[in-house]
Amino acid sequence: MIGFIARRLVNYLFLSAIATMLGYVLVSMTLQPSARFLGKNPPIPQSSIDAALDKMGVNPKVPLLERLWDWVTQLVTTGSLGVSTRGTQVTADIFERSGTSLRLLVIGTILGAVIGVALGVWGAVRQYRASDQIITYASFTILAMPVFVIGVVLMILATSLNQAVGTNVINFTGEYTAGLQGGFWTQFGDRAMHLLLPTITLTVGAVASYSRYQRSAMLDVMSADYIRTARSKGRTRGSAIIRHGVRVALIPMSTFFAYSFGLILTGASVTENVFSWHGMGEYLLTSVSNSDINAAAGTILFTSILVLIAGTLSDVIYAALDPRVRV
Amino acid sequence: MALTDPSTLTVGEPETMRDAPKRPQSRGRTILRKVLATKRARIGGGVLLFIILWAFIGPLLSPWSFTDQDGLAFSQPPSLSHWFGTNNIGQDVYAQTLVGLQKSIVIGLIVGPGAAIIAGLVGAIAGYVGGVWDKAIVWLIDLLLVIPGFFLLVLLSPAFKSLSWLALVVFLVLFGWMVLARVIRGQTMSLREREYVKAARFMGVPGFTIIRRHIIPNVASLLIIDATLGIGAAILSETTLSFFGFGVQAPDVSLGTLLAAGASAAVTRPWLFVFPAAILVITVLASSLLGDALRDAIDPTSGANRD
Amino acid sequence: MTDPQATAPLLKVDDLSVTFPNAGTPVHAVRGVSYEVRRGEFLGIVGESGSGKSVSSMAVMGLLPTNAQVSGSIRYDGVELLGQSDKELSKIRGRDIAMIFQDPLSALTPVYTIGQQIAEGLRLHDSALSQRAAETRAVELLKIVGIPNAERRAKSFPHEFSGGMRQRAMIAIAIANDPQLIIADEPTTALDVTIQAQILEVLQKAKDITGAAVVLITHDLGVVAGNADRVAVMYAGRIVETAPVVPLFREPLMPYTIGLLRSMPNMAANQQERLVPLEGRPPLLTTVPTGCPFAPRCPIAVAACLEGEPALLPVLDGPVEDPTTSVDHTAACIRAGEIADGSLRRPEIFPRPDEVPEELVAEVAPETVLDVRDLTRAFPLTKGVVFRRNIGTVRAVDGVSFSVQRGRTLGLVGESGCGKTTTIMEILELARTQGGSIHVNGVDTATLSKPDRRKLRSDIQVVFQDPMASLDPRMTIEDIIGEPLTVHGVSPTEIRSRVGAMLELVGLEPSFAGRYPHEFSGGQRQRIGIARALVVEPKILVLDEPVSALDVSVQAGVINLLEDLKQRLGLSYLFVAHDLAVVRHIADDVAVMYLGRIVEYGPSATIFDDPKHPYTQALLSAVPVPDPEIERSRQRILLNGDLPSPSDDRVGCSFRSRCPLFQLLPAEKQAVCERDDPRERPVDGRLVACHHAESDRLVTA
Repeated sequence: MIGFIARRLVNYLFLSAIATMLGYVLVSMTLQPSARFLGKNPPIPQSSIDAALDKMGVNPKVPLLERLWDWVTQLVTTGSLGVSTRGTQVTADIFERSGTSLRLLVIGTILGAVIGVALGVWGAVRQYRASDQIITYASFTILAMPVFVIGVVLMILATSLNQAVGTNVINFTGEYTAGLQGGFWTQFGDRAMHLLLPTITLTVGAVASYSRYQRSAMLDVMSADYIRTARSKGRTRGSAIIRHGVRVALIPMSTFFAYSFGLILTGASVTENVFSWHGMGEYLLTSVSNSDINAAAGTILFTSILVLIAGTLSDVIYAALDPRVRV
Repeated sequence: MALTDPSTLTVGEPETMRDAPKRPQSRGRTILRKVLATKRARIGGGVLLFIILWAFIGPLLSPWSFTDQDGLAFSQPPSLSHWFGTNNIGQDVYAQTLVGLQKSIVIGLIVGPGAAIIAGLVGAIAGYVGGVWDKAIVWLIDLLLVIPGFFLLVLLSPAFKSLSWLALVVFLVLFGWMVLARVIRGQTMSLREREYVKAARFMGVPGFTIIRRHIIPNVASLLIIDATLGIGAAILSETTLSFFGFGVQAPDVSLGTLLAAGASAAVTRPWLFVFPAAILVITVLASSLLGDALRDAIDPTSGANRD
Repeated sequence: MTDPQATAPLLKVDDLSVTFPNAGTPVHAVRGVSYEVRRGEFLGIVGESGSGKSVSSMAVMGLLPTNAQVSGSIRYDGVELLGQSDKELSKIRGRDIAMIFQDPLSALTPVYTIGQQIAEGLRLHDSALSQRAAETRAVELLKIVGIPNAERRAKSFPHEFSGGMRQRAMIAIAIANDPQLIIADEPTTALDVTIQAQILEVLQKAKDITGAAVVLITHDLGVVAGNADRVAVMYAGRIVETAPVVPLFREPLMPYTIGLLRSMPNMAANQQERLVPLEGRPPLLTTVPTGCPFAPRCPIAVAACLEGEPALLPVLDGPVEDPTTSVDHTAACIRAGEIADGSLRRPEIFPRPDEVPEELVAEVAPETVLDVRDLTRAFPLTKGVVFRRNIGTVRAVDGVSFSVQRGRTLGLVGESGCGKTTTIMEILELARTQGGSIHVNGVDTATLSKPDRRKLRSDIQVVFQDPMASLDPRMTIEDIIGEPLTVHGVSPTEIRSRVGAMLELVGLEPSFAGRYPHEFSGGQRQRIGIARALVVEPKILVLDEPVSALDVSVQAGVINLLEDLKQRLGLSYLFVAHDLAVVRHIADDVAVMYLGRIVEYGPSATIFDDPKHPYTQALLSAVPVPDPEIERSRQRILLNGDLPSPSDDRVGCSFRSRCPLFQLLPAEKQAVCERDDPRERPVDGRLVACHHAESDRLVTA
């Protein structure tokens, strides 16, 4: 089992490295950092522009491969990802912002998976009855809504609620209220309040897709022969489905987890932007608006590391659940 | 064999019967009938068709075109003269929504089937040819899947910002075929071992003819399902990108750009956001329902044909 | 003189009916079935696909899908089972009534160990039992059913067991709580014939240990002949005949049973005769039949047969010497009495078809159309997903030599894993081999250029096993049959006329050409496959298990067709099968394969009458013969254990680990087996690969 996971991990590392480097090449080709300096009055001398660009390591006059090499060696030897267009260290930016993103991502993923799996199993067991129909159509509708629409709609509702009640029952802009005085629990409560809407926004989509997939996997399992065998031993139908069915139906969930992670990552970025959270999602968009190659490349690196972790985690879960793979 | 599977209980005719030749029932026709019988397909297909027609004919019904500015009606809620209300410079939201819808639908209708076609070709070749080609293609697909498509499109947006929205379409297609290609590859690999494919090989039928004659038609059903579902998915992608300013650019209008403009005022003037959002959701929902109904009818491993 | 056992049947099924709603078109799978099972009795229920045999047993266990409509009465030990809740029934299941299913791989949960699954069955009915105690008992049960290394095996997962082992584990689960009734639903259908013999023996042992009654559901009359006390034959959802086993086989009274018995290839019967085919198919059960459901296929049907379904009635024939026997023999045919008293003679009801008349038999000059010498084919065994590494080779074909003469049939037999399928695939590739040579029509396949190969393909064609999978569901019959001609550039009009001629040749209407495969039955699809193979007028036809996926009553028609075509067209067949009765019937020469080698090769009459290799002897003794007296008096030779892995390196004879002869040999002779790999040598008119082929014969009957 360890061997299986280790081999896959090596493959992921390889893929991530190549994807990151290709990503660097891509952003170097599409983003024009010199655009910021042009069109100014009085015009900035070329030498100053070149110097500024060289300091960031993004001067287009330097061959692309050389820049790539420099970037990689800088990362590997010093752990630095260069300087952003605003003069900050990209690695520092990422450390600041990754906490924000990860909070949202982890909570959204865990809640989405757990609730989604539960609803999927429930829907399959009650196939075609009212509860299943409701869950199914609700899932379809949610999946038809872009994440930002869900977010904005929630904001509208929260604002109406606040206005109706008179005070700010639900705050949602940003991660916390700036300048809030109070002890640990006040701060904690405030953060939790701010977390509420973004979490719902992200989770509801994850729940919808997990439940659809799990329902389909459960239906496959429910008509399987081993359920019948379990019943022939003396288990009631319900008990056979829970003990034998759910356990097996969870196996494809691990691969689905890896697949859906990219979508949840996208959803989290969008959610951050809608609720003005200063996380990596915002960083991505601003790096493009600012033509900031280093920041963009740093974001790509961050993303591929996350995908690598998600992929490895999915392999571990898969091997834990399915003995057939552990040969 | 399943207990409830009536195909194990066969028709009672002698082997060498003489009967009036019936009209041959091709599988396609049988499936079409099965699909149209489900409520989901009728609702989904019907709504989708209606929306497409409405997007292009609807503007003709309104006295306002989308660039008109009605000086008498700034930021008005929906009324008889302006069915969806107006925005802060007096533009008619109904007209704007429909123009945005047109763009989004066109993008969806091109990207959905477009990505499916690419996925079909790449997947079928990888699955049938196998060997080094297969490994290379699989590895390439895995590589493209490391960074989420949305991120890539955001990062690449400067490249197509200056070009027309068609460039966006091309990029959406480029980053939308990978997952389906893996599925098609899996399907092709199992088809390759199917006896009728082996029989064709042993008859001497050349490889590419086999792919064309035997493999593609048998994976076509998966492609149709995903082309339909892809319409909705493409519209969602484009809308999200446009919302953040990375998709369709001014002066082009799409539902995403409308939603972006309307989001900030959404609390005080909800009609600017709600109408485009609702139409967006309905459109995507319709394509999902239709795609799901198709899947139940065509794909024997889906949930509908079981106890 | 009433038998005390006969007064209280253990299981009494009365007028059981099961209907599946199936979205508007209800399927009446079981219609008014009544039977009894007495304590300790072995009842065989026989029927083909769609007869309702499995459904009726599922109904007894209460395991039907929830939407099934069940009516009638099922009394177990006097208690009515129908109408009880799932919870109440689950107390009986696994304790009083146990069930063994067909496909052990899918019937065992992949994520729990075998030991856990057996222990589960124990603990469900004995809450006082601790986990440890249950697992210990599970290991004991595994020993009883004959699984070696039971302690270690109990901790293995189902996918680590072979098919035979898994089925033994299923039997262990079934007998865990000493049930009174064991229902076995096609328990050996998915297994090789030697493994089948092992499992049937374990089943008998289980019956003896628990004293349980057994209901064995199968389509194989041979299995029933050897094991059952009484037999019930099902057709179209009803029982059409019941009798004690000997009268059923000696004097069947229902025309369906008569036809079935006469259509089965029988190892002991005369090989030159044609089989008796049963035309047609069982009826679709979406409508309740108005007359006898077998009438459309019955050669002795009269007008009265269509007026109402015959009831299952006891048939009293003339002599009343043994009243219990005749009362026990029931048949659902209004003319059963005529059959019983002899006025309708069975051979006249289902006459044998004639052979091809002399003048239509093709003249063939003797020549070798296919010659295979020392063929080898090995596959690398790799592990790992990303970085594959070789951990061995599988020697699927390990030095095989045979030849096929014009106008003759060579049967290649063996069980799963012997390499017969790989062998024919190698031949069909018509390419350079890994080792050895293949000559088709005298041409060495290694020397072929691409255009030559394409031309040669018109001389050798293939018919596959699965009629569902061998025809592309999206093409019309005309396109399917015509496809080989497209390779050779034949014009469409020519193709159309040839397709029509082919359809007639295989006994189908030429107007069928515009239809699609799903509109045809299995037997018809197989005929289409044969038509497709013959359209290019090949000399050699390679057939990979062409009838094993068909129902027994349909097999005869296809086998007869193949025989006729061979004689009319002067074809040669290379016939791969695991069903020895079929091979005996159709093959002129036989080659028996084991682990990639041919162990015995020669004329089929010689080998079947007097097998010399211990494996052949065991194989032949394991094949069930549909004749209860022969079956019960036979001495079965059972092989030990399972097939060894074909990737193991072996020194000496690869069969010795299971060889029954090896066990009996003195030490110095055993040493020869351990040291030297036996090569084929001529013994008594055939080739045998055994050092001690002349030794004591193991087959006595």
